[in-house]
Amino acid sequence: METPSIAIYILIMILVTNLIRILPLTLIRGQIKNRFLRSFLYYVPYVTLAVMTFPAIIDATNTPIAGAIALVLGIIAAWFNLGLFPVSLICCIIVFVCELIF
Amino acid sequence: MEKRKIFLKGLKDGIPIGLGYFAVSFSLGIIAKNGGINALVGFIASFFTRASAGEYGVYKLIEKAEPYLDIVVICCITNLRYLLMSTALSQKFSPKTSLFKRILVGFCVTDEIFAISSAYEGYLEPAYTFGAFTISSPLWALGTCLGIIAGNILPTNIVSALSVALYGMFIAIIIPPARKDKAVLVAVIISFLLSYLGTYYIPGIKDLSFGIRTVILTVVIASAVAIIKPINTDIEKTEN
Repeated sequence: METPSIAIYILIMILVTNLIRILPLTLIRGQIKNRFLRSFLYYVPYVTLAVMTFPAIIDATNTPIAGAIALVLGIIAAWFNLGLFPVSLICCIIVFVCELIF
Repeated sequence: MEKRKIFLKGLKDGIPIGLGYFAVSFSLGIIAKNGGINALVGFIASFFTRASAGEYGVYKLIEKAEPYLDIVVICCITNLRYLLMSTALSQKFSPKTSLFKRILVGFCVTDEIFAISSAYEGYLEPAYTFGAFTISSPLWALGTCLGIIAGNILPTNIVSALSVALYGMFIAIIIPPARKDKAVLVAVIISFLLSYLGTYYIPGIKDLSFGIRTVILTVVIASAVAIIKPINTDIEKTEN
């Protein structure tokens, strides 16, 4: 099989991602009325990000337990609305410290 | 307010976004590097895409040399929220705003740019969004670029620590709404659980590619929650 080209991969990513952003502003002039569709779209980001986060966060670190602790403490930090950057930083520091210990 | 002042206000509000981007996109660069992407391509790809989860998914797929169709599907799934965000923003423009400027604002949309743009008082001035874009996007691209370059310079424990920055960002995006909305909280818990089972245990699902597994789990879980707990049909309430 032919090896896929990175340039084509990137081009597809740029085109599709920006098309999604731009389409509603050109096509949808009114509101989406369908309740199921709107509900589905409402939940999609949360579900997708959650699915991508776990168990991947445990596989990402050298020591799985470090990723697990970062997940739990990151959730607690986010629960108290610490924001994007602080939560990210906390997760990183936890993994660093945990991997010094374990 | 004159256009220049509005642009500068956007520039100022874009600084914290850009700094957050820089740290997060650095870890994205590490993942991109594993996909065999060089620093220049990473810079260009990140600048024109600006999608944390979307880029992450694509770089993972590239690493595994998955078919092109998987890229299209994962981009659609991970970036579906932009569809909603752009839809919401389309209601925020003055009727006088030209289609060209609306399209440019659409191009700028990320979680954070959307957040500050939708919080803009009154009609959204495109200049404000462009200001925030101008400062934050190069930092996002630069972070990716340096992540690719420094990924092999940094010791493995630093790389390991930075590799969770992106997940930290995902957590910071999903948890505050989960606290406010019980249905989102339940959706997140079910997603964690089914993703764990799907990755390691469920026959058929665990053998699928990362991209397709993410798509299937997302469609099934989001549909189920949408049926069990449909959102309030008042558009204002769902966007806030």
